[in-house]
Order: sequence, then structure tokens, then C-alpha cells
Amino acid sequence: MIILGIESSCDETSIALLNNNKVIKNIVASQIMHEEYGGVVPEFASREHMKNIQKIVDRTFEGIDIKLQDIDGIAVTYGPGLMGALLVGLSYAKGLAYTLNKPLIGVNHIEGHIMANFLDHENLTFPFICLLVSGGHTQIVYVKDFGKYEILGRSIDDAAGEAFDKAARIINLGYPGGPLIDKMARNGNVKFHSFPRAKIKNRPDDFSFSGLKTSILYLSKQKGNNWIQENLKDVCASYQEAIIDVLQKRVFTIAKRRGVKKIVLAGGVAANSRLRYVFTEISKKNNSDIFFPSLEYCTDNAAMIARTGLELLKRNKISSLNISAVPNLRLIN
Amino acid sequence: MIKFTTYNEQETREFGEKFAKLLIPGNVVAFVGDLATGKTTLIKGICKGLGINRDVDSPTYTLINEYSGTPAIYHMDCYREHNIGGWLEIGINDYLYGDGISLVEWADQIEELLPKDTIKINLEHEMSDINCRFINISASDNFLEKVREITN
Repeated sequence: MIILGIESSCDETSIALLNNNKVIKNIVASQIMHEEYGGVVPEFASREHMKNIQKIVDRTFEGIDIKLQDIDGIAVTYGPGLMGALLVGLSYAKGLAYTLNKPLIGVNHIEGHIMANFLDHENLTFPFICLLVSGGHTQIVYVKDFGKYEILGRSIDDAAGEAFDKAARIINLGYPGGPLIDKMARNGNVKFHSFPRAKIKNRPDDFSFSGLKTSILYLSKQKGNNWIQENLKDVCASYQEAIIDVLQKRVFTIAKRRGVKKIVLAGGVAANSRLRYVFTEISKKNNSDIFFPSLEYCTDNAAMIARTGLELLKRNKISSLNISAVPNLRLIN
Repeated sequence: MIKFTTYNEQETREFGEKFAKLLIPGNVVAFVGDLATGKTTLIKGICKGLGINRDVDSPTYTLINEYSGTPAIYHMDCYREHNIGGWLEIGINDYLYGDGISLVEWADQIEELLPKDTIKINLEHEMSDINCRFINISASDNFLEKVREITN
């Protein structure tokens, strides 16, 4: 089966072509203009999606034998995300589905991140525990089977990705914060400064990252920007370690309690090199299997949407042409 | 303007809970203050005071969190989206001039869209004490009188 994937929920316009489990194309139009603004600029984002989408579809079918008419279905993100951005991809997909008379498959973006792991790991099987970490989400999900989810832990305030982005702004590192802190932290001392590891009363499996943000803000105000810049790699390393430490403790504690020996990482923050390293090391120690997507499938991409669409299509879970975009869609509704 | 000091996160939340009782459907509350001054924390308290039982988390990435209830609560965050046109496209006026209560973080980014009778809350750090926050409230004299009653 050949699936066309379309993703436009936030920053990235992306189109992918999937032939069963094999990614034929996965094109992501990175909107580098965001760098100039120190954050995502959503209004620009929806305009950019509109400008990009047809160009990327044309590029997708360049130099291959597959034609638009050959596809078996169109998988598109319908939420969560920014309304304007979602509508660009969804409307385009509807037009295409109607014109080509092919099934339209609405995909939940969060489910897409989890399913991204199957693009790289054909041997991955259910059930497993997934740590989903991105700019907007931090949750631990028990994935019993395709479409069967249970949320075991979540952030009660800022997402892990937000904790990276906002810290990067506080210490004048720029955007996107996650990759910049990761890179800066590589030769830093993880024990340089003891950032708080927040625990929430009566909710041992949940996360809170807003205190961590306060902590780096006060450190930078009290010691001054010069001091931060002089110790930048150590500040980054110890800040990053606080986030990862909290994530790994929750995940492995829950996995042990549940008797699950398979851990899966997903989402943009799963691209963090230290996170991957720490999770791999701990998994080795306690004989767990660890899976994470290759870097290009951690961040938003259409291949993961197509992969999820494939599973839905196999189960005949097709959407109607009047499906609406749902900006606040959750994994479990 | 009324100036009020809280000495820890819990006090900020508790102030929010009491403050919530002064709000009526249609109110817009604008929250202004640097990163980590406690905007989301204060809003968590306000939502609790308004009877919202679900988790209230940061809408930085989602832009608008809607908590259904009577009245509905719209929790917005302008940290990422500074563009007035973008907010109009999202339909912010429907929220700001609707029947719910709008709680807007980083509201200074969309100053010109705010209704005239917006209640403004400015949060500041006390640099010598990591847990201490100054809460400055500007609103109509009538409203401030009610705030005085709960803060005394």
C-alpha cells in the first residue's frame, strides 16, 4: 500500500510517501525564518504552509516511478496544533482525496510521534512504555496495542521542550533551545550546578518543569550574564541533566512497577543526544530494550503521519471528507 | 493600583483562588511579567477558585486552552504569537468579547486588542528571594475596592 502523508500542525510543512513500511520520500520544509524571531511565529507559519505545500508535493513525486494516482490513501494531521496551520494541510488533503477519489485518513499528531518508531524498527512490537517528549507534550504512555493508550504520567505545567526553549532564551542562547543546549552541553559538567528535580505531592509519576525555569532565571540574574557566558557549557549540561534525570526516573520506575521491559522514546526532545545516551545506558543495566526514532523522525515529519495512516487504513478507519481540525486534540479523548 | 506580595508559590495560588471569586462572566484578565514570575501559577489558583478540577498547564505551545465550565475559561498565552493579525485570525475577539472569562498570559503583546475594562495583573520578581513575587493589580476603582477586601 502506498500512503501520502501530510503534516502542517505547527512549524513544519512536510510531505511523505510511504510504500508499506518503506519511506520513499520525506520532505520537511524547515522554516528557518523562525530563528530570527526567537520562537515559533504561528501566523507566519500558516502563510508559509500555504506557500510551501504544493511545491513540496511536486518535489515528492520528482524522480520516482510512483504517480499521484498510484497512492492508496492520504494521511493528514487533523490535530493537535494551531488551527490555521492544521487547516492548510487538512484542506489540501481533502481536495486531493476528493479529486483522486482516494480514502482520507485523519491522523492524531501525538499518535504519529509514537508510531514514528515503527519507521526505523520493523521488529518493534506492542506492548511498550513510551516517553513522549516535545515542545508541547511531556507524557508517559502505556501503549498496549495500536490505538490502545493509557497515560501514566504527564507534565502539570511546562513541557520538557518548553523547559529547553525558555531556558535558552533566559541565557541568550537563541532558538530552537533544545538542540542548542544539547550541543553546548556536550563537553560540560553535568554536576556543575544543582538544579531542582521537582516532585509533586501525591503524584509521583507526574512532572513539573516550571520551577526549573525559575531556578535558571535566578541563577542568571544573581550571577550575571557574563558569568553565565563564561560557564555556558557547564550551565547547559547541568540544566539539561536535571530534565533528563527527572524523565528517566519516572519512566524506569513506572516500567518496573508495570513489569514492562520495552521503552520507546518519541517526539522532538527524543532527538537530544544526552537523553538517548542516558536511556540507553540505564536500559542496558536493567536488561530493557530501548527504541528511539532516527533524528529525522523525532521532530515533526509527514512520514510518521503516513505510517500511522497505514495502520488506520489497514483497519479500514477512514475519515469522512467533512472531518474538522481539532487544535486541542488529545491522545485519549 | 494595588500592590500585593506573596512569599511562596502556595501563597500565589491561594491569592488566585480568592481573586477568582471577584470575577464575573465576560471579564478579561491580562497577565504581564517576565519568564517565571508566576503567571501560570497564579492562573492555576484562579482556575481552582473558579471550580476547574482538571490540570491547568502552560498554553505556550497550544496558544489557547479552553476549560469548560460555567462560565467557560479561556487560558491564552501570547509568548510565541506576537502578531496581532495572527490572533485575529485565530478569532481572539470571540473569546475576549464572549461570555466566558479570559485569562491572557503575555498580554502586553496584544495590548491594542484588549477590552477597555481589562483587569491588569503585573507580576515581578524580588531578586533577593527566589520564592517572593510582587503582584500589581490595575482595574476600575470598584474592582480594586473588592480586591482590597480580599487582601486585607
